[in-house]
Amino acid sequence: MSEFIHLTTPLTDEDVKRLRIGDRVLISGVLYSARDAAHRRLVELLKEGKPLPFDVRGHVIYYMGPSPAPPGRPIGAAGPTTSYRMDPYTPELIAHGLKGMIGKGARSDAVKEAMKKYGAVYFAAIGGAGALMSLSIISAEVIAYPELGPEAVRRLEVKEMPVVVATDAYGGDLYEEGVKRYALPSI
Amino acid sequence: MRQISTEKISQAVRDLAIRANVELGEDVILAFEAAMEREESPTGREILKRLIENAKIAREQRIPMCQDTGFAVVFVELGQDVHITGGSLRDAITEGVRRGYEEGYLRKSICHCITRKNTGDNTPPVIHFDIVPGDRLRIIFAPKGGGSENMSRVTMLTPAVGIEGIRDFVVQRVKESGSNPCPPTIVGVGIGGTMEQAAILAKKALLRPLGSENPDEELRKLEKDWLERINRLGIGPQGLGGRITSLAVHINMMPCHIASLPVAVNIQCHAARHKEIEL
Repeated sequence: MSEFIHLTTPLTDEDVKRLRIGDRVLISGVLYSARDAAHRRLVELLKEGKPLPFDVRGHVIYYMGPSPAPPGRPIGAAGPTTSYRMDPYTPELIAHGLKGMIGKGARSDAVKEAMKKYGAVYFAAIGGAGALMSLSIISAEVIAYPELGPEAVRRLEVKEMPVVVATDAYGGDLYEEGVKRYALPSI
Repeated sequence: MRQISTEKISQAVRDLAIRANVELGEDVILAFEAAMEREESPTGREILKRLIENAKIAREQRIPMCQDTGFAVVFVELGQDVHITGGSLRDAITEGVRRGYEEGYLRKSICHCITRKNTGDNTPPVIHFDIVPGDRLRIIFAPKGGGSENMSRVTMLTPAVGIEGIRDFVVQRVKESGSNPCPPTIVGVGIGGTMEQAAILAKKALLRPLGSENPDEELRKLEKDWLERINRLGIGPQGLGGRITSLAVHINMMPCHIASLPVAVNIQCHAARHKEIEL
């Protein structure tokens, strides 16, 4: 297994350019959490030409809705949700400067095209490993849409969150490559 | 007639909701360990290792193994010689869900279908009642995550497609689900009955402990064959490629109408959670 690449957000174009599918990355810095409901609102704001509740330029969105924080912890379980539900909204955000996404599962062709065109990277975290993932989150604060409960937008401070590059800015897709490598002829 | 109070039931459901979400069954952890031996992909092996680690952290630190603490699905087997005192059985179970999700710091994931407004307390639960002989009350709590439930399907096949047709539908479903349902999965298959019965059979198939044998010899052979076919797909842990796409196929079958062949596939993510109690 390759060594980890350390990255700190916000990401630069150079950060994005050096990443290739299969790279194992430890992310530190600030992430913003958002799921379907929040994405819908963000894209509506963009269409109306209104400012977003946070600056997406150079930033990374984590597709995640945590369980409530027990006393003494910054957050509850905090693993990724399935990314395809965000696909209809993602190209618009990438066009406005979003540089990275963390989730689980393959992306649509439209998202991959936008990633190539504007330079962005998609990381996979381990789905269902919510307890483990929560340990890399230092602080969490709701910054928009508190009425959405678990789906509210949170500003997360993370330290060395383990992820793998699943789709790079060159059209590489680890989901396709990985399955191709291990598929056997059907019987 | 044996009496059981609604308060006792609410408290039992509360405890089951919390335990189901923080304590992954030993059968699932053993299946991860066995999968690590067979997985050829280094990424796949690392993921399995992290899943074992995740289960340990969840159990020891009492945090949910997954932030999606699920739709509260409850199977109830009520002995016909039991008398419930203090109110309605459905209300008692619903109250238990409410308490468990609040007091256990579990995520509330239930919302209005159109407005998407959250109900705020993870209710209502889905409850499957069954009346059985005896004077006991058995409650099985099986929280179900959205990611894997979204990949599940029911279909009404033409009887002429036979066993090969059923097999192809099941394998194709897993293939099309790809990385989405958090593999390695457990594939619950319900065959027969009516449309809704097939779905319930599939869901109940997920409750069977991993590593246990299907009591029906014919189904046992099918489970082995279909699992092999699924694990040739190459999807692997988290869909990033590998040998272990599913840990098991579990089939439940009952007779169907002469005109029909209902088949349901209920996919379960690796956080295969269920806990039960007998009162």
